[in-house]
Amino acid sequence: MEKLVNTIERLGGVNLLPVALAVVAFVLIGNPSSWVTLTVAGLAMGMMIFLMASGLSLVFGLMNVLNFGHSAFVSFGAFVAASVLAGLSGWLSGDSIMLGALALFLAVSAALLFGLIAGWFFETVIIRPVYEDHLRQILITMGALIVSEQIILAVWGGTPTAVPRPDFLEGALIIGDISIEIYRIFAFALGLVVYIALYAVLNRTRIGLLIRAGVESREMVEALGFRIDRLFIGVFMLGSALAAVGGAMWAGYETLISPALGGEIMIIVFIVVIIGGLGSIEGTLLGAIMVGLVGNYVGFLAPKLALASNMLLMMAILMWRPSGLRPAVK
Amino acid sequence: MTAIANASTARQRTKGETAIRLVVLTIAALLLFAPFLFQDVRSLEVAAKLCIFIVLVASYDLLIGYTGIVSFAHTMFFGFGAYGVAIFLKQWGAGWDAIFVGSLAGIAVSLAVAVVIGLLSLRVKAIFFAMITLAAASVVLVLASQLSDFTGGEDGMTFRTPSLFKTATKLLVDEDNKVVRLFGVKLNGKLAAYYFVFLSCLTLFVLMLRLVGSPLGTVLKSIRENEARAEAIGYRVVAYRTFVFCAAAVAASLAGSIYAVWLKYTGPDTTLSFSIMIDILLMVVIGGMGTMWGAVIGAVLLVMAQYYLRDLMGVAAETTANLPLIPDILNPDRWLFWLGIIFILLVYFFPAGIAGSIMKRGAPRATSE
Amino acid sequence: MSLLSISAMQTSIGQYAILHDVTLEVPEGGVFVLLGRNGAGKTTTLRSIMGLWRPSPGSVRLRGQDITGMHTADIARKGIAYVPENMGIFGGLTVAENMVLATSKGQFDAARLKRVHSLFPALEQFWTKQAWSLSGGQKQMLSVARAIIEPRDLILIDEPTKGLAPAIINAMAEAFREIAESTTILLVEQNFNFARSLGRDMAVIDDGRIAHTGPMDAFAADAALQDRLLGLS
Repeated sequence: MEKLVNTIERLGGVNLLPVALAVVAFVLIGNPSSWVTLTVAGLAMGMMIFLMASGLSLVFGLMNVLNFGHSAFVSFGAFVAASVLAGLSGWLSGDSIMLGALALFLAVSAALLFGLIAGWFFETVIIRPVYEDHLRQILITMGALIVSEQIILAVWGGTPTAVPRPDFLEGALIIGDISIEIYRIFAFALGLVVYIALYAVLNRTRIGLLIRAGVESREMVEALGFRIDRLFIGVFMLGSALAAVGGAMWAGYETLISPALGGEIMIIVFIVVIIGGLGSIEGTLLGAIMVGLVGNYVGFLAPKLALASNMLLMMAILMWRPSGLRPAVK
Repeated sequence: MTAIANASTARQRTKGETAIRLVVLTIAALLLFAPFLFQDVRSLEVAAKLCIFIVLVASYDLLIGYTGIVSFAHTMFFGFGAYGVAIFLKQWGAGWDAIFVGSLAGIAVSLAVAVVIGLLSLRVKAIFFAMITLAAASVVLVLASQLSDFTGGEDGMTFRTPSLFKTATKLLVDEDNKVVRLFGVKLNGKLAAYYFVFLSCLTLFVLMLRLVGSPLGTVLKSIRENEARAEAIGYRVVAYRTFVFCAAAVAASLAGSIYAVWLKYTGPDTTLSFSIMIDILLMVVIGGMGTMWGAVIGAVLLVMAQYYLRDLMGVAAETTANLPLIPDILNPDRWLFWLGIIFILLVYFFPAGIAGSIMKRGAPRATSE
Repeated sequence: MSLLSISAMQTSIGQYAILHDVTLEVPEGGVFVLLGRNGAGKTTTLRSIMGLWRPSPGSVRLRGQDITGMHTADIARKGIAYVPENMGIFGGLTVAENMVLATSKGQFDAARLKRVHSLFPALEQFWTKQAWSLSGGQKQMLSVARAIIEPRDLILIDEPTKGLAPAIINAMAEAFREIAESTTILLVEQNFNFARSLGRDMAVIDDGRIAHTGPMDAFAADAALQDRLLGLS
């Protein structure tokens, strides 16, 4: 038994959970081609959720600030990207892959830029006055979420908005009897690139070192001579921008978005950071992949349970590890 | 000892406190005579909703104001109570037994869920608790709309309540077998239903007032002020918090049961939806956390605003129809936008809310922050 | 002129006043020991100097320059290092990363690094290990090493011997003696023998006030005074 535990630990410990999940699902589903489709969908969804959740987790880890308004960045990202794509719809349907890709790039960049600016505004105006006061923090960010949702309703209206996507991302790859939507591959790839970039920044640069140290003990980093608060606004802006990019990707994935999107995403994002453990992007990635896979597998096996499945997953993991799978060392 | 404490608090009561009490008493009196003072259907709806929301908000204040923990699952408990009554009235037919058993079932489910959530997450940070309750509430909302055989799904369910509450029921008849009027008000089943709501809510509110006035309330306040110190003195913080969470859940559940009886309908939109949770949060913060009186004021202001401010905004939107964006923002559906902004400003500048800020006024001794 | 002069410092945490009147002159060079009973305000004094609590009123001056109310990071850049009671090690970072964080430019001065390694050989041995895996004594060494990897005017050290084995305490005393040859240490200690062996000057804090200050030798010789200020009254 102990040997087994050691072997599991050496192979990657909790990182193996998604693999175990996939194996169990394979047995339960019994149909390889469905399983591949679901797994790819789960991974793609997981990566998009990772984009949305990573900022929340880092911001909390670094300053002990939990932004209940985080999902507003996701919504805004989705709608801003949708508007840009709709405005450039001529480029999307044409034969030119270049123009389509350019339109997509502009849409994602617009979301990113919006996220950076909104993040700066949010941090300085909304959150800074209530550092260290959790009750008011929760209330104020919740108030900001209400206002943001109302702004979205006022600007984009309450009816669902269609999101056009470039032709080259439409359709599916068919390999034998397995079909994989191209957009999912794209979403997964983008998420992976962002993860690798984040990982590299956190583990290979001095700023990353400061962030990791700051997550553990802000006070000590300051006692060594560094201003965490100046670092924090950068992290907050980056996290907001990533959430907006995640929202933009999500818009393209859903192809029809409504202002209710933010609320739905918020719950998923919270579940992800709780499962993964606050403050670490490895944990967030793990949690996001788990949630993505479970959502898709359960959606196939027991559709009625699909939405409750994430909640059940969270409760199971919390009972096993009360601070999540891979929390930052505190 | 208690008598001395009471006497000293009575002496120290500020002008502001007296004012707040007077306002609350006036509201209570208005609600008591509401059917006679405002004789139209809509006003009675508003009055009944007020009674129920006062209880709901006060029970939420127990939690947020007296322990400093934020839960987003309060509508979930409200919903448990409402659905309990609805399901039993639907299955067993219109009877008092169904109301009774349904309320109990709602309480039982609420208690069970509250204990599980409390033990699972009250040990950890307040923020964790907020996130977990939010997730739990959203799952219950989804379940309620999906298990349509059981809950009526998105449409909810309508049902009949005991015949005493039917509008056609005559409580008193004259010689001609016509319903007796008192000050022009028909003494019919609708009136009985309103007073059922009023008295049940009054009872619940007074019980909660007693709870926060008891020694337990003092302990809760000390935990809110300084958790570490309370723990050091020997209070079992987790146990107290779980208890308060359960008490708040039971009160919310009962409020839900009463609401179901009044509306003769239960659905996700009237009980479980997140927008009601937001309303509760706004009411308690605007009214003033940790005072109980604030709950009354907050609920009254917001329910009135819901019914009447929107009409006003509609007029304003029409008059500005030619301007860009402004009519969109003044659209009656955007009233939450303005409330959200008021809410943020209040949390910044008057964290004690309306009641709390007024109560500090005219204090005999200057209370420094 | 004293290296550090604190005058009439008062610090409150929340609604509790911890320091009532701390006035203290720390001369340049050697080890200055701050003694006192549990809860007397020793740690609060260090944290107030470091700007981790905001003293008000009162002032803290380093070489005559007023550093009261400055941000902790700026105080650190003025040349004060802090070794807290819980050591403040970043457990998820390697020993090397912990050390590199303590340098202002992200690069080691070769001579200083060599000196750290010779003072604390264990750190060189576990250089690439994550810091949470170190023993308590090694963590304490890492914490002190971080404080001396850059030239500093003053090092604040809070109860470094707490929970350590006697052999390690001796090694620590050796290291402190060597460090004190080139910089000033303000040491908070409960372990009187350890403090006496190191300290040149000392002060006793009691109930948030400085109750006594003077040379260590005189204090060590006066048993009655020790009993009155430090004994279990």
